[in-house]
Amino acid sequence: MIKFENVNKWFGPYQALVDLSESVNKGEVVVVCGPSGSGKSTLIRTLNRLEPIHSGCIAVDGQDIHAHGLDVNAFRSRIGFVFQQFNLFPHLTALENCTLAPIHLRGLTKPQAREQALALLDRVGLAHKANAYATELSGGQQQRVAIARALAMEPPLMLFDEPTSALDPEMVGEVLSVMKGLTRDGMTMVVVTHEMGFARDVADRVLFMDAGQVLERAKPQEFFNTPQHPRAQQFLSDIRSPFATACL
Amino acid sequence: MSYLEVVDVYWLYFLLGRYPEGPLGGLALTLVLATLGLLLALPLGLLLGLGRISPWRCVRLPVTTLVFVVRGTPLLMVVFWAYFFLPSITGVRTDQFATMLIALVVFDAAYLAEIVRAGIQGLPKGQIEAARSLGLSYFGAMRLVVLPQALRHMLPSLVNQFVSTIKETSLGYIIGLAEVSFIATQINTLVFTLPTQIYLTLGLTYFALCFGLSRLAYGLERRLSQREQAQPAARVPA
Repeated sequence: MIKFENVNKWFGPYQALVDLSESVNKGEVVVVCGPSGSGKSTLIRTLNRLEPIHSGCIAVDGQDIHAHGLDVNAFRSRIGFVFQQFNLFPHLTALENCTLAPIHLRGLTKPQAREQALALLDRVGLAHKANAYATELSGGQQQRVAIARALAMEPPLMLFDEPTSALDPEMVGEVLSVMKGLTRDGMTMVVVTHEMGFARDVADRVLFMDAGQVLERAKPQEFFNTPQHPRAQQFLSDIRSPFATACL
Repeated sequence: MSYLEVVDVYWLYFLLGRYPEGPLGGLALTLVLATLGLLLALPLGLLLGLGRISPWRCVRLPVTTLVFVVRGTPLLMVVFWAYFFLPSITGVRTDQFATMLIALVVFDAAYLAEIVRAGIQGLPKGQIEAARSLGLSYFGAMRLVVLPQALRHMLPSLVNQFVSTIKETSLGYIIGLAEVSFIATQINTLVFTLPTQIYLTLGLTYFALCFGLSRLAYGLERRLSQREQAQPAARVPA
């Protein structure tokens, strides 16, 4: 479904992605992890063209997504993107956040969009907050609305860019459980996260990135139990320091 | 002639100019000019503001140049350009009202453009990214997500500019437009003995208009801020 071929990207003199090749199959849940600055977020942001690339090719469903003449809006509407900072539209209610794009892009009528949005909010456990504004919601609730908003376009592919990193610890669980629910429905997902427990439970594959390259790709069990690359071993032992073990 | 007699004789002249025998003037003309100026400058300022931050260079550069040139020029100069220069290139002799209106709209739109630009750029970048990643076009994202939030943040600055516009109409005096300052000067010339009272009346008239508009906007602002506000600036990403 997704294919990276020899992708290079620079931020000025700094190379963020180095000759990266990787693929993700339909229905697969891939967790991308790695130290800060390793290129994880850049990788996921190039996938819906929030960041341009300098060479190589990224194809989604066989379509080169950085091709000239691609209808980027139509393309993006089929990829759900969830941000670290939620980015709910603060001038709209939770419900309106979820109906905005379907009304304007999928041509739904207001009652149709409303019905669909209510069902989605119910799915993330927030039907009772439909008329709340972002400021009236906790971080975890905002992120769940953001997931519902992305789902409202009925995308076959969902991208998560550190969806729980800006959350207080007690709110991480509610967001992860919504995401786990999605994996059960067979959604193709690419998730950048530091939540190793989530990776262990639901990922089909873990990619370990450092310095713009994928250094290790493995099933979660193998990755956590017998990491091959020295950087991956180092990373895992770092996050398993006495202070971190409690969370794992 | 006492002040009360002056008021008694000239109040209608002050309010309407020589209307209905002649063209409309006085306070009524000032109000018409200010209102039209605001109504036309706002959409133009919005367009120029969007042009200032346009991703396309061919739009951004000329708009930026225009905004900087106009902002670096006194309004009086813009009025002179509109009065002397414009007819020489268009070949059409515009009347004083149209001349003043054009000058006001161009001048205020340049200032509004910068207010609009600041309002849009003040929003967290994630807002437009979220809108675009849903599949909205650049203009769709602007219209549905960015501008509704940005305009709310801009309100105090917008009102400030509108208050300026009301006061700027008085420069119509210089090209003989019969707005309220011009009429007050006329009355002063006719009466001759009461300049302090006459100009005090004129000053109070402007004050009442501007103060009223400010209070109105303040009330509106308070009502809006009781609703939601944009999220605080994004925390540092990990």
